[in-house]
Formats: sequence, C-alpha cells, structure tokens
Amino acid sequence: MSKAPPPPPPPPDDFDDDEGPEIVKRFLYVNRRAPYGSIYALEALEVVLIGAAFDQDVSVAFIGDGVYQLKKGQDTAGVEMKNFSPTYRALEMYDVEKLYVERESLVARGLTAEDLIVPVEVLDSDALGAVMEQQDVVLSF
Amino acid sequence: MKFAIQVNEGPYQHQASDSAYHFTKAALAKGHEIYRVFFYHDGVNNGTRLATPPQDDRNITKRWGELAETHGLDLVLCVAAAQRRGIADRDEAKRHGKDADNVAPGFHISGLGQLVEAAIQSDRLMVFGD
Repeated sequence: MSKAPPPPPPPPDDFDDDEGPEIVKRFLYVNRRAPYGSIYALEALEVVLIGAAFDQDVSVAFIGDGVYQLKKGQDTAGVEMKNFSPTYRALEMYDVEKLYVERESLVARGLTAEDLIVPVEVLDSDALGAVMEQQDVVLSF
Repeated sequence: MKFAIQVNEGPYQHQASDSAYHFTKAALAKGHEIYRVFFYHDGVNNGTRLATPPQDDRNITKRWGELAETHGLDLVLCVAAAQRRGIADRDEAKRHGKDADNVAPGFHISGLGQLVEAAIQSDRLMVFGD
C-alpha cells in the first residue's frame, strides 16, 4: 500500500431509522473511468457516500478502466493527488455492500479479484447487464 | 412523466449542457414535469454569471436561467463541486472569505442530497455527460 489512508468520512446519520424511507429505489452507480486522470471517480464516490443517508437499495458497478479504482497498492505521490482508494473500504459501513466488477474488464487489464482492495462480485458482461436492467436509477460516471 | 436531469459537463467545452437544455425544453413542451436540474462535476460551470460567450453564439447560462424563470425550474449547482471550481453565491463567498460571488440568476447552490432526492422523487433520472 501507499501513503497513510485518509480517514473515511463519518457514517451517515440514522435519522430515518425510526420511520424508514417512504420510497426505496434500486440505485446503481456505474464507474467507468480510471481513478485519476479525471475527477469523475472521486466525485462519484462522494455521491455514493451522501446517497447512503437516503436508505436506498444501492449497488456500485465497476467496468472498463473503472476497475482500476479498486486496484490495491495505489500510490499517488508522484501525481500529488489524494489517494482516495481506502474510502472504498468504508462503503461497507454505509451499508453499500453490493459491489460488482465486470469480468471482461478485469481480464482485459490482467487483473483478478485478488488485486482489488475490497471483496466484490465478479460478473460477466451479460450478468452485469441483467443487474442494470433491474435498476430504477442508474448514475453513470 | 416526472424527470430529474443531471448535467455533468461544463458549457461549450461539451454538448452535454446543450442536450440537457433541449431535452428539458422539449419535455416541458410535451407537458412533462422537470423535478430538478442538478449540475455536477464541471457542470457547475454552467452557473457562472461571469461567462461572456460571443454575441453570435448561444448563451448557455442565460438561457438556462430564462427557462428556469419561465417554468419555475429548480437549477441546483452541487456545493462540493462548486467549491472546488470557484463557483460561489453570496452566502458561500461570505462563508469562505471570498471577495466575490458569481452564481447566475436562476441557479442556486445546494448539496448532493438534492441529486439523490430528485432521483427518488422522479420517474426518470436523465444523465447528460461524457
């Protein structure tokens, strides 16, 4: 691993726990881009963390270069950017536990689930497509 | 149908804001409801009143503001994205000790929760971006 990980933000308030949300939708966040090189990955993670406070049925998918977001051993010292990859490990605390990674994307990049910093479900493209089909809301980053 | 709109790219650099604008306008013309337009990533740059595009070109910020005024649209700039990119309304500028604010009429700054809430409350979330 690289530098000391930044502390994860505090978990969401449980202000809704007494009554529960009125509407529960299936949310899928689709991460398509490498963690650095553009800000999409970081700002997508910010939406996932904020969204967790809404008690929705959340899944997160990683496809294409998006699989690099979960790569172990990220070292951002050279590019002088914050290594935010440890935050993915905090998702579990936010009850964001359904993480899907596309098998073809991993294979094309010479990666396996062992290379990733969090446990994920590896799905082939068709199966991931079926997951997408089941969603109410798909946010693509 | 009730739509929420997400705009992920800045004006002129990318067509996302144009497409979102035309979609919004067409949806309203067909009698649909636009629950909210949420500007994220560089999309927050759509909300600066300091932009001065050439006079023979469309004024993306101004026409969003006009559409908002005509139809009572809720145009929200994400606060976290806006802070990074130097987009501030009067309150934000004051809070962070800045000497100027630049949010255009019709837009306002609010949190990411507004995006998630819009997705929950709407029938469809339309994402315009790269």
